[in-house]
Amino acid sequence: MCKAYEISGHLAANNKMWDNLKLKGIMMDNGFEPKIVGICCNWCSYAGADLAGVSRFQYPSNIKIIRVMCSGRVDPTFILKAIEAGADGVLITGCHPGDCHYIAGNYKAARRIPLLKKMLSQFGIESERIRLEWVSASEGARFAEVVTDFTKTVKELGPGPFRKQQ
Amino acid sequence: MKKITIDPITRLEGHGKIEIFLNDDGDVDRAYLQIPELRGFEEFCIGRPAEEMPRITTMICGVCPTAHHMASTKTLDDLWKVEPTSTAKKIRRLMYNAFTAEDHILHFFFLGGPDFIVGPTAPAAERNILGVIGKVGLEAGGKVIEMRKRLRNVLRIIGGKPVHPSMGLPGGVSKAISEEERKEIIEAGKYAVDFCQFALSAFDDIVLKNKDYVDLIVGDVFKHRTYYMGLVDENNKVNFYDGMIRVVDPNGKEFAKFRPQEYLDHVREHVEPWSYMKFCYLKNVGWKGFTDGEDSGIYRVAPLARLNASDGMATPLAQEAYEKMYATLGGKPVHNTLAFHWARLIEALCASERVVELSHDPELTSPDTVNLPTETPREGIGVVEAPRGTLFHHYQTDERGILTKVNLIVATTNNMAPIAMSVEKAAKSLIHKGEVSDGLLNMVEMAFRAYDPCMACGTHTLPGQMPLEVLIRDYQGNELRRLSRNLREF
Amino acid sequence: MAKPKVAFYWCASCGGCEEAVVDLNEDILKVTDAVDIVLWPVALDFRRKDVEALSDGEIAVSFINGAVRTEEQEEMVKLLREKSGLVVAFGSCAHLGGIPGLGNFCTRETIFQTAYKETPSTENPEGTVPQEKTDIGIGVLTLPELYNTVKTLNQTIPVDYYLPGCPPPPDLIMNAINAILTGQLPDKGTVLAPNKAQCDTCPRADTKPEKLSMAEIKRPWEIKIDPEKCFLVQGLICLGPATRSGCGETCIRANMPCRGCFGPIDGVIDQGARALSAIASILGLEGEEKMTEEDSQKLIDQIADPAGTFYRFSLPSSLLTRKRMEYTGG
Ligand code: SF4
Ligand code: SF4
Ligand code: SF4
Ligand code: FES
Repeated sequence: MCKAYEISGHLAANNKMWDNLKLKGIMMDNGFEPKIVGICCNWCSYAGADLAGVSRFQYPSNIKIIRVMCSGRVDPTFILKAIEAGADGVLITGCHPGDCHYIAGNYKAARRIPLLKKMLSQFGIESERIRLEWVSASEGARFAEVVTDFTKTVKELGPGPFRKQQ
Repeated sequence: MKKITIDPITRLEGHGKIEIFLNDDGDVDRAYLQIPELRGFEEFCIGRPAEEMPRITTMICGVCPTAHHMASTKTLDDLWKVEPTSTAKKIRRLMYNAFTAEDHILHFFFLGGPDFIVGPTAPAAERNILGVIGKVGLEAGGKVIEMRKRLRNVLRIIGGKPVHPSMGLPGGVSKAISEEERKEIIEAGKYAVDFCQFALSAFDDIVLKNKDYVDLIVGDVFKHRTYYMGLVDENNKVNFYDGMIRVVDPNGKEFAKFRPQEYLDHVREHVEPWSYMKFCYLKNVGWKGFTDGEDSGIYRVAPLARLNASDGMATPLAQEAYEKMYATLGGKPVHNTLAFHWARLIEALCASERVVELSHDPELTSPDTVNLPTETPREGIGVVEAPRGTLFHHYQTDERGILTKVNLIVATTNNMAPIAMSVEKAAKSLIHKGEVSDGLLNMVEMAFRAYDPCMACGTHTLPGQMPLEVLIRDYQGNELRRLSRNLREF
Repeated sequence: MAKPKVAFYWCASCGGCEEAVVDLNEDILKVTDAVDIVLWPVALDFRRKDVEALSDGEIAVSFINGAVRTEEQEEMVKLLREKSGLVVAFGSCAHLGGIPGLGNFCTRETIFQTAYKETPSTENPEGTVPQEKTDIGIGVLTLPELYNTVKTLNQTIPVDYYLPGCPPPPDLIMNAINAILTGQLPDKGTVLAPNKAQCDTCPRADTKPEKLSMAEIKRPWEIKIDPEKCFLVQGLICLGPATRSGCGETCIRANMPCRGCFGPIDGVIDQGARALSAIASILGLEGEEKMTEEDSQKLIDQIADPAGTFYRFSLPSSLLTRKRMEYTGG
């Protein structure tokens, strides 16, 4: 599986990390391969992703995963930063409702992300580029499915708004 | 052939520029006043909730934010078809009159007035507030500052901040006035009335008793026979906050009288490729280019225009002053642009009298400041008289009150064509056979100051603040001479 | 000792920041006593070449207000940067983009289309729009190009300090001037206002419960606004949680919710995202475990204009800076 990044300090302000993700870049000759940032909760879906890797469930390598302690810690700023850094799509995953280690973090995410999507459409950015999913630690196969499907959606949407080097 | 171009007013700032083109004989062919900036409020307000407009459109102009705030708030009343409470109407009127008085006095003393009080031929360095203080005395100078401070305090009490108030809501205002605050407002109003009377008597002594000044006012250089527009109450008296829009023709005869909601039947804007600002005219007369008279739809707004378009002032002291002005200048209408200054003082007095009158009303402190709308919003139009002229706001929304269309006609747009004509007239009278008289700048700047144009509304120059730079070139574009002066110094 | 030289300059601004300086009233005289104002276009005669003639860094401090929208403005602020020891972004427009920054929801073309063709009072059968060059037969008239995107001052030149507010209040202006005169300046990049949120100093803070839940969103015209209770408790969106304190809570004291003109506190990269996050967190908090996706969508739909609300004063300074024009790769 691909390399995962952990947040240290203020994720959005960590420019080095964003540079390392190398999201920007001119399109390849061989067509458009979306770059996707996955922001995954440590307790469930990050483990799910791990499981997917260990169990050799195939999923596209387009995704770069950032680990957070809870989906409730996903500040909308991270998502904007990912888009600004060149991501074509952002996948946020958390524990299923009722399973959050911090009790209600995922409920907050369930309101923040849809509101952010609504706001992004006012910026001329397709709300489908952002997806929120619940994936538990044991759902390795589901994680692979989600990533595969999301990658397909983003591919259809085409390159993200900040794709090229400005 | 010698071609002289009078090139811009500090081009670098993009704050407005004048270009004058000469014909083969070296006389003025055409003069152009260009406005080089546009901010696009009509477009970027679309999608915003309508009730936010009083707090967005104020930022069109930091000099007359209260005018935009009030026009916008009235548009919301019309949009939701809700009548403000009686207290709310009084609070709004009170605020609006305090604002009008403050704005007029500031601009008379700091900006336009120095031409007269210090003298039109005095060196530019003296024609400023300091020169005024030299002429009327230090005590009076201090009073100007004190009056501004007190009236701006009234704006703060009612609206939060003096620059960019925030209290307007459909059907009323957000905040009640306390008894203590009301007392403060009464004092401010009284101070303002006294001060305006003093200002008018100073104008009398210094200007009207001086034949040279009077000749200048009634002279031809600044005269334009145009239509005039202004808001009037049910007795055809000048009103700043509300009423019907009345238009009189160049002979002073009523040409039209209509509700603000009918403005589209009467007002049109013309576009020229060389300016970002549009030019208003009367639809039922038509756009005939930059020319005056009955056949041209160009009309004027702001103090003199409002007095011309009305049958008088609604307060006693101002009415007296009004009668005196027309008796002195030979009856209505007065077409002399420089009389705008006089009219401005009369209006300041009227607005101050209103502040006193309204602040004595005990209903002012009632907590009943808002009626909640119940209708579905669709379309609203609101008009006030800004210090610099009739101001139109017009919104359309979806059923949730989210803006789908916005039209704004700012005060100075109404006067844009007349200002351009005045500039051209001054140029024509002062440039002959390729010779540019030094007096040109004087005259151009006096024309500007009389209108007190608020370029902030179309650009961002403080009213009348137009640093002028006149560049004279030969036909090869070589610089021959450069004259420069700032229009405002204080 | 020679008095320090000070410049005031404005870009795309409304004039309110200039009025704020005049509103210093008597204090303005103290300022003019202590400094030598070399540039103030509203008040003093000036020419670009006078500024060019100054040596680099000769101006002690330039206060610049307004957003940056034209090439002329850009050139002038670059020149001022060279000539100034310090540059202070004065007011919301220079600091964050301000209200004119909402223009970043549109493009020059749509602005022209609306202003010159679609507004109902415009009579323009030929479809004339202003041109950068117009040949009028006897010569050519020019207008400056308007940029599609409104920029903040620090997106144009390096800025040393920020005076927030629309416009900045007199006490903060005087504090800044005194700090500069006495050389007691904080670190470069500081916003010259308290580093606290509006909610920390708000007179209504006591009425805001620890665990606040907004059951629904109200619009300011839908309710009679209580003059003492926290707006959020009343269901009204207030940007206080995402806004820096220091204005004297002026709008709040006029019984209207904060719209964020002071910008965010230190360390917040994007004021709008912070505001969005704060509101979403408390929206429907009570009983959130039972909320279905439809329920939460319904609540969210009550926020009619999230972008225009959360970024009211800060759109150009946001991470996304503007609405995307059709995809051009950047
Ligand atoms: S910050 Fe506010 S007061 Fe200052 S120029 Fe901008 S809109 Fe005007
Ligand atoms: S949310 Fe607004 S009203 Fe409530 S405490 Fe904060 S600043 Fe005050
Ligand atoms: S209350 Fe908010 S919007 Fe009003 S002045 Fe203060 S910071 Fe600006
Ligand atoms: S711990 Fe997984 S979403 Fe909160």
